Amino acid sequence: MADENNTDEREEDENISPWQQIIDNPFLLLFIGVAMPTVFYTLWGVMEIASIPVAPY
Amino acid sequence: MAQFRQCPDTGLFFHKEAENLMKANAVAGVVCLLIGGILALLVVLTRWPAIHLLPADSFYMVLTAHGVCALIFWMIFFEMAILYFAGSTLLRSRLATPRWAWAGFVMMVIGAVMTLAAIFGGKSSVMMTSYVPMRAEPHFYLGLVIFAVGALIGCFVYLGTLVVAKNEKTYEGSVPLVTFGATVACIIAIFTIASGAEILIPTYLWSIGYISHIDPAMYRLIWWAMGHSSQQINVAAHVAVWYLIAGVIFGARPMSEKVSRAAYLLYIFFLQLASAHHLLTDPGLSVEWKLFNTSYAMYLAVLASMIHGLTVPGAIEVAQRKKGLTNGAFEWLRKAPWGNPVFSSMFISLVGFGFLGGISGVVMGTEQISIIIHNTIYVPGHFHATVVIGTTMAWMGLTYLLIPVLFRRKMIFPQAAKMQPYIFALGMSMVAVFHMAAGTLGVARRHWDMGFAGNPLGFEYPATAYLLMGIAGVGGVIGVIGGALFCIIAVGSLVFGEKLQKEAGLLQSFGVPLADSAYTNEKPARLPMAPAEAVEADHGESGFEAPGTFILAMVLLVSFVIYYFINWKYLSEVWGIS
Repeated sequence: MADENNTDEREEDENISPWQQIIDNPFLLLFIGVAMPTVFYTLWGVMEIASIPVAPY
Repeated sequence: MAQFRQCPDTGLFFHKEAENLMKANAVAGVVCLLIGGILALLVVLTRWPAIHLLPADSFYMVLTAHGVCALIFWMIFFEMAILYFAGSTLLRSRLATPRWAWAGFVMMVIGAVMTLAAIFGGKSSVMMTSYVPMRAEPHFYLGLVIFAVGALIGCFVYLGTLVVAKNEKTYEGSVPLVTFGATVACIIAIFTIASGAEILIPTYLWSIGYISHIDPAMYRLIWWAMGHSSQQINVAAHVAVWYLIAGVIFGARPMSEKVSRAAYLLYIFFLQLASAHHLLTDPGLSVEWKLFNTSYAMYLAVLASMIHGLTVPGAIEVAQRKKGLTNGAFEWLRKAPWGNPVFSSMFISLVGFGFLGGISGVVMGTEQISIIIHNTIYVPGHFHATVVIGTTMAWMGLTYLLIPVLFRRKMIFPQAAKMQPYIFALGMSMVAVFHMAAGTLGVARRHWDMGFAGNPLGFEYPATAYLLMGIAGVGGVIGVIGGALFCIIAVGSLVFGEKLQKEAGLLQSFGVPLADSAYTNEKPARLPMAPAEAVEADHGESGFEAPGTFILAMVLLVSFVIYYFINWKYLSEVWGIS
């Protein structure tokens, strides 16, 4: 029974393209969706603002 | 054992716990819309120069509450309902950890009440953006943090539901496109909420004296990672609602699932970077940072929206043509069910979002021409096109769809419901267009008195600006009437609407479970995989599958090009080249 289930699962996976299997992974998408703006918007922006010299009082 | 019921009209399956959470979140959202709408009327009647209703201090308090209620609370409560619908109902799955979902909902309610209490206390009139060094009451920030944590819990419950559905094999193949869109919205929400925590927790500590200083430039940078991304949740979610409604009303399937999913992927990669366009005039950030995040990344996200804007009406056109509506380029559109508020709300949302919100958004995201409308009332004009005409109207359409399906009540005032989307769209389009026009003349946003009465450094706007603000005021009143009509129909239907199921009592409309007799313990049949492609080759004209949609897309493109260059012309007049 368990073997039958595994076979069905394998057949189903084979029907879905590898590309589709990648984008079907919500946690991979979550990683990309958080990493992209964190690197290009937040970290890059923070580094630029943090590198502004402090004006003398 | 999970309990489900099947809607006899649509065949959709509702998990008992998920259904109650959908109802509770949707109702909480509509309550926030109602409050936000009442406050909107006060804002409109104050910015209408001939009326100028409120004194300055009340105006800023009301404007702050309007922004928070309408832009944050209404949107996110409703999005939670959409996530539970897309994760549970569309996948025929039980909801993961319903108790956590309820805990999240309660936190959101507590947070919303706390923040509104701080605002109406009168000492937190800091606008939705709450830029430092303006300081609100501590519970203003704390309420927002609690609300955000509640929403974050909801997002993880949704992701957990995806895992449950996959493990329990409730569907074949990939998740449906609508669920995929909701997943994108959820991902953007998680980044948004994390950014909110990054900036609002330190600001809360600053407000109670634990931190001495918050750098304003740093605050703006991180705040907009939350502030603009929160609107991107709306975009991803309302596009999913467009696909859903097109599917339900017309049986339409995306012209190409692959293209639509690829467009959603562009959202995941690039949409949140567009937050940078709020900082285009900020010192301290380099041209490279600004250009990468706006003129490169943002345009790819815009491309994704244009793809959705093409494929949704395209899918409707293909579905209509299959039914024989093949005369000319637009018979499919002329004979669409314009009297059905589900469809009319959705289609106006699509067109308004593209033509008004999309085009003006690209202008605002272009560093050079953004400067002529930065911080003017053009900006509220733009975002009322995106989040009110775009998102709110999509939510309204979905609400009309769900009143019988989810709440099991018949809609009251069906004739008024037919008119409501048009009244609301007319009013809000006037607000958007005339605010943008006044903004082009330089009228400041967030300003109590455009006449600068008694101000030593006053400025005299041309008389046209006053006229434009007056017309926008008329539009705002019409929009509020349309919004009020929606609230009356939606809430009235839940209370007074004819029951479509005997168990659907008054309390059940607000999240109390239906009686057990409405549910069965039988697990729904597995959701079958959709056929590979929806489009067949023999529809359409001149080699196009959807010629009408192609023409509409060309009209959008030409409008965009013309408007874009008009703004460059304006810019050239600001800075003459000699």
